[in-house]
Amino acid sequence: MANSNVIVSSSPHIKGKDTTRGLMIDVLVALAPALICGVFYFGFRALFITSVSVLSCLIFEYGWQKLLKKPVMISDCSAALTGVLLAFNMPVTVPWWIPVIGAFVAVVIVKQLFGGIGCNFMNPALAGRAFLLASWPVLMTNFVPPFTTGFKLSADVVSSATPLAIIKTGTGFEELPAIRQMFLGNIGGCIGETSSLALLLGGLYLILRRVIKPHIPVAFIGTVAAFSFLFSRGSMSAVESLGYSVFGGGLMLGAFFMATDYVTSPVTTRGQVIMGVGCGFITFLIRRFGGYPEGVSYAILLMNIATPLIDKWCRPKKFGYVKKKTVKQ
Amino acid sequence: MQKLTFKKGIHPNDRKEQTKTCSIEVLTPPELLYFPLGQHIGAPIEPVVRVGDKVLMGQKIADSTAKMTVPLHSSVSGVVKDIGLYLHPSGIKVPTIVIENDGLDTPADPINIWHIDLLDSDEIIQIIREAGIVGMGGAGFPTHIKLSPPLDKHISRIIVNGAECEPYLTSDHRVMLETPEEVLEGLLVVKHLFPDAKAYIGVEENKSDAITLLKQRVKAYPGIEILTLAKKYPQGAEKQLIYAVTGQEVPSGGLPMDIGCLVLNIDTVSSLYRALAMGQPLMRRIVTVSGNLVEKPGNYSVRIGTPFRHIIDSAGGLKDEPAKIIMGGPMMGVAGYSLDVPVVKGTSSILLLSKEEARVLPETPCIRCGKCVDACPMNLRPLLLNAYVLAEQWDKCKKENIFDCIECGCCSYSCPAKRHLVQSIRVGKQRTKNHR
Ligand code: SF4
Ligand code: SF4
Repeated sequence: MANSNVIVSSSPHIKGKDTTRGLMIDVLVALAPALICGVFYFGFRALFITSVSVLSCLIFEYGWQKLLKKPVMISDCSAALTGVLLAFNMPVTVPWWIPVIGAFVAVVIVKQLFGGIGCNFMNPALAGRAFLLASWPVLMTNFVPPFTTGFKLSADVVSSATPLAIIKTGTGFEELPAIRQMFLGNIGGCIGETSSLALLLGGLYLILRRVIKPHIPVAFIGTVAAFSFLFSRGSMSAVESLGYSVFGGGLMLGAFFMATDYVTSPVTTRGQVIMGVGCGFITFLIRRFGGYPEGVSYAILLMNIATPLIDKWCRPKKFGYVKKKTVKQ
Repeated sequence: MQKLTFKKGIHPNDRKEQTKTCSIEVLTPPELLYFPLGQHIGAPIEPVVRVGDKVLMGQKIADSTAKMTVPLHSSVSGVVKDIGLYLHPSGIKVPTIVIENDGLDTPADPINIWHIDLLDSDEIIQIIREAGIVGMGGAGFPTHIKLSPPLDKHISRIIVNGAECEPYLTSDHRVMLETPEEVLEGLLVVKHLFPDAKAYIGVEENKSDAITLLKQRVKAYPGIEILTLAKKYPQGAEKQLIYAVTGQEVPSGGLPMDIGCLVLNIDTVSSLYRALAMGQPLMRRIVTVSGNLVEKPGNYSVRIGTPFRHIIDSAGGLKDEPAKIIMGGPMMGVAGYSLDVPVVKGTSSILLLSKEEARVLPETPCIRCGKCVDACPMNLRPLLLNAYVLAEQWDKCKKENIFDCIECGCCSYSCPAKRHLVQSIRVGKQRTKNHR
């Protein structure tokens, strides 16, 4: 008697617990401390902007997939993650329509037009941010000091320069916040990038949960640290220079959460180290010689574009290809 | 203590608790036994008995004159009931000899008990062939062929595979614990054929009781070493085991003997012992019966030819309709669709999984997470192979070394997108071969 209820499928018959959705949720969980810090320092408006961004991403993805009669995949949470990262990369002062436009660019143009999850060649959130920064440079760099915004923006708050912007000018170093304050996140900056402590906690969580491997963040942060240590500016000591470069901008967010984006980073360990070092080096170059005080996003985007090449170079050494001489006499 | 291993691989939950403490239980053979003719790799064999013939336990019932083949023996005494097409565990109908058991177990005589010191290599090889011994890990490669490598291959290391890295399986573990002497004596037979080779038994660390016992018993057997292997899948894959023990890689497309290695399964080695010292051909094997649907999971000594259903019934029956029937381990075993198939020489286990355990999640797009790359013990890039197969780019498959894949399943296991990587690679190998 052949039993028709029996599943006859190919081995392996057991699978690991990881799912795409599970991994994405893990990343969202890892971003929670940074969101809490963002709300703590920049008020409820931080939560509002993040929610608008997440919702827009979900709606655009849902709408696109419905429109093209594709399977709706918003439950894999990748669009939600894009939304959070997009919001984390803008100042709290942006008007509500900024994240909506950013979400459109990220989800529809960068992600879906190229074939959906797994096919985009640039990190959607970062590409969205780059578009916004190029189109509305003033709105996107209107940073305010912590504890000056509630849910509403008050009109009389003066925008402040971020630590990296001060360093960029090369003078007025006495206005720089203490490194300890930067580590905690008590400085001006984008919603999700200021608290290195919260981001480090999240990054550690991802590594411990084996969602990401340490190679990209360690290589990225290590390279930035090394270069800023070696090439400090003006009157700044090497150690201070290292501290401000590592904790004073979007490096933690970029290194742990954006350069590690699976789709747009190399698949081999060796490729990932190259990715990290490349990101770090370009970040240093932009911060030092480029027109922007911050270079993390562009560095990652450039390395995203280089990823297919890196993957082509870094073929793992296949098992069984050493000592050919023993094959046949 | 130093633990040997290979690079990459995965750490699945080993699910061995259910059966690892279950002593081997000898099952009474059923009334009807089925002997499919195809139980080995090599030339086909023909029946040497006819319907109605009386057969004795251990009597040869099928054979061939070809070199690359082994004979088949009846595991009970009785009468040949039928010779016809019956379902084989692999899911197809093959010529099968059906024997009605008379319950007497009258042995075929004479039983020859050999003393290896009085035999030369050719005689030993001949006895092994006549005993119908094949690799018992599943593939069924004739052991006497493995033990007679071409003259230009010098065997310097004999490795007995006690890794048993597949989840659920504990039969080798029980054999090592309960009859360590049979394993060691069997290994002596092999050592006798290759006097200047070193002999090792590699055991995964999760079987520490077996390691302790073997280390104690091995003192009486100079020239054999017990090695502790790290617990990792696929530690027992031939190439990975050799790498763990010797640090050498079997060349791509080559065989273990190309680097002087010979790998044998635990149950195979103990069958060698029984063939020479007890005059017994291969008639029984140890089968792990497990999975969450089995009332009494355990390890059973089963006569070859016993239908699965009989074994399951003896194991207390099932709690529910099985959703999946697996022969072999859950990583590399074959899923069948019926319990009405017999145990063959390569059946190392029968696993019965519930709907929950057997659930297949839908495939979603690859997110390029690289987890398959980090898992592949052959250092391949399964995500690319999968993409090339789906795009029917056979040249690229070849370039990406599709033929080096050992189908261990690590990639599919690790994939969060649940892509059917191994399945596609298997198809890809076939198509790439045909394409040339
Ligand atoms: S590609 Fe082949 S060898 Fe590599 S993990 Fe997958 S099944 Fe194993
Ligand atoms: S594990 Fe799956 S999702 Fe990840 S890279 Fe491999 S095939 Fe793609």
